[in-house]
Amino acid sequence: MRPRLPLAAGMAAARVAGRVSRLAGAGGGTTLPGKLLNVLDPTAVRRLASRLPRGSAIVSATNGKTTTAAMVAEILSPKVKLAHNRAGANLLSGIASTLLSSNGAELGLFEVDEAALPDVARRVRPQAICLGNLFRDQLDRYGELELVAERWRGVARDLDPASVLVVNGDDPQVGDLARERERAVVFGLDDPACGSPTLQHAADSKWCVRCGTPYDYSVAYVGHLGDYRCPGCGHARPALDLAARAVEPHGLEAVSFDLVDSEGSLRVRLPLPGLYNVYNAVAAAALAGVLGASREQIRSGLERFDAAFGRFERIRVGDESVLILLVKNPAGANEVVRTLVAGGPPRLAVIALNDAIADGRDVSWIWDVDFEPLLERLDRVVVSGGRAAELALRCKYGGFPETGIEVVPELDRALDRGLELTPPGGELVVLPTYTAMLSLRGIATDRGWVKPYWERAA
Amino acid sequence: MRIRVGHLYPDYLNIYADRGNIAVLSQRAAWRGHDLGVESISMGDRLDPASHDLLYVGGGQDREQALVARDIAGKGEELREAAASGVAMLAVCGGYQLLGRFYRERSGVELPGAGVLPLHTVWGDRRMIGDVLLACELEPGEPRTLAGFENHAGRTILEDGAKPLGHVVAGYGNDGSSGSEGCWAGRIVGTYLHGPLLPRNPWLADWLLAQAIGHQTGETPTFEPLEDSLEGLAHSVSAARARARGGKAAR
Repeated sequence: MRPRLPLAAGMAAARVAGRVSRLAGAGGGTTLPGKLLNVLDPTAVRRLASRLPRGSAIVSATNGKTTTAAMVAEILSPKVKLAHNRAGANLLSGIASTLLSSNGAELGLFEVDEAALPDVARRVRPQAICLGNLFRDQLDRYGELELVAERWRGVARDLDPASVLVVNGDDPQVGDLARERERAVVFGLDDPACGSPTLQHAADSKWCVRCGTPYDYSVAYVGHLGDYRCPGCGHARPALDLAARAVEPHGLEAVSFDLVDSEGSLRVRLPLPGLYNVYNAVAAAALAGVLGASREQIRSGLERFDAAFGRFERIRVGDESVLILLVKNPAGANEVVRTLVAGGPPRLAVIALNDAIADGRDVSWIWDVDFEPLLERLDRVVVSGGRAAELALRCKYGGFPETGIEVVPELDRALDRGLELTPPGGELVVLPTYTAMLSLRGIATDRGWVKPYWERAA
Repeated sequence: MRIRVGHLYPDYLNIYADRGNIAVLSQRAAWRGHDLGVESISMGDRLDPASHDLLYVGGGQDREQALVARDIAGKGEELREAAASGVAMLAVCGGYQLLGRFYRERSGVELPGAGVLPLHTVWGDRRMIGDVLLACELEPGEPRTLAGFENHAGRTILEDGAKPLGHVVAGYGNDGSSGSEGCWAGRIVGTYLHGPLLPRNPWLADWLLAQAIGHQTGETPTFEPLEDSLEGLAHSVSAARARARGGKAAR
């Protein structure tokens, strides 16, 4: 057996690495210290997490984990000192870095990558896990959806019986995890008026998790999330412990809804648009409730919520503004498109597609996104990123006139071109993939438009 | 002219953006004054070998592919009849495996395929994932390249007399060792390349459309080229990715 370094020594070395990383301009130092710590001491995360007096909670999902965790943080943070990986470093190294830099924290709040969940949960031993949804995402990196679902079933099996599992009942694979579990909270949407009676193109999990028969949906809200029943074996959406009802959108600014549980109903005005953000808010409310937040804390936390890092972020640029909406997989991008179209579609958009590992090297997913409702309303589209030409083809074969497509692979030039085409006082809509979003924020930081994320996260 | 396309299992096999391939066929046919009529042929549907000029089979996740496997084996006779009568076909990834004779699972059990192409696939423990570049020559004296992305665990073995679609310039290909990729037989093309395949490789879309028209009229046309500069740009970026970071075949 390898001799174990004292925890303090490993922590000190790793913290220095974080400062060096920032000084060297390599970013926020949000993963390097943790990577180093895990090498120096593989038991560090377990030991650091066990020191948190109020334990830890984990949020995972294909879409919305950063936003959901940030909402929980907003609800809890006035009262509880958190160790929270706010900048989205959600692998084991990111969790370790967060634990390192959170002196005096009472509660750990971690968004965790879907594939990393088993390993992180085993070490962190959370008192609650909130699971939001499973969509097809980066097949080249995660493998098929079923592989991730199988890992999650293992996580649910191995979770301490005293811990609480919070699940989205509207997702058949995820909702089924809480079956036969005593300590569980099931959340979902319950407002058929805001859904659709049919599934979108390329919906996942269309087939019964028990018997393989296609589900009947009485309503589908986002992708395959909805109210389903199997005509073969009767497997159906579980009863909801916490539901959103009477959803009312307010353009691109906000959405209101009733948060309903057995104790009553609470009207919430969330300052973010989109049905997917209603899901994030209900998930956050369910988890925050488990962690001891009062109804009033939940309402006020959600109502003062400021969008998570790059997810729906407005940046002022002189008289104009730039609205950044992260797109990373078909289900998430479809909701971004739907929200834009419903909230007053723009005439111009910059769409940026990169193909680094964090974006997915396989860019075929852009063909599964229903961009058409947005394209129909645009006069011009500036495509950018390393795979700008693929986006150009997506627009061209989606019926968009080739003369309206500008290919500008360099992100800074695409941003400049977009702003040049934006009317005075107007807003430029930018849809970047993950690493393109990081680069865009880097450009915005360099130009003094926003503070760097590691300062903001502090 | 109306080009009659049968899209097999679009509700099950659609994992790698297969509708991108259909969109390219449809638009390029339209730009040449033809109309692409696409009919869905799914589980339990009858396949009439005489009523299609082009059949398309896409890729699915393992679960969906297993659900489809039994059904497509049951359509084997009709598919082979269509192939013998000169119907054009494009099969991608899972669909490519399903057109073969069988798929041997990890347990050794062989799942029958449609038996259209002289090949079979065996389970492998390492997935072959990455960008790919192929060199092809479907028309004598007209060498071409295909750029795409592959993600498969199965190793496909071409049997005696089977011709590959192309030779691997960069990437894994059929089995990661032979240097061959896909299968080409008359008007039929099977391949692991998605991405999707046709938008950045429009020459193959045109070849398939010409074969489909050839099936209907008895005369395979030669098309005038279209404005393909965006397609060319996407192809060159994808080809560069394959050269820089495609899987290394063990040759």
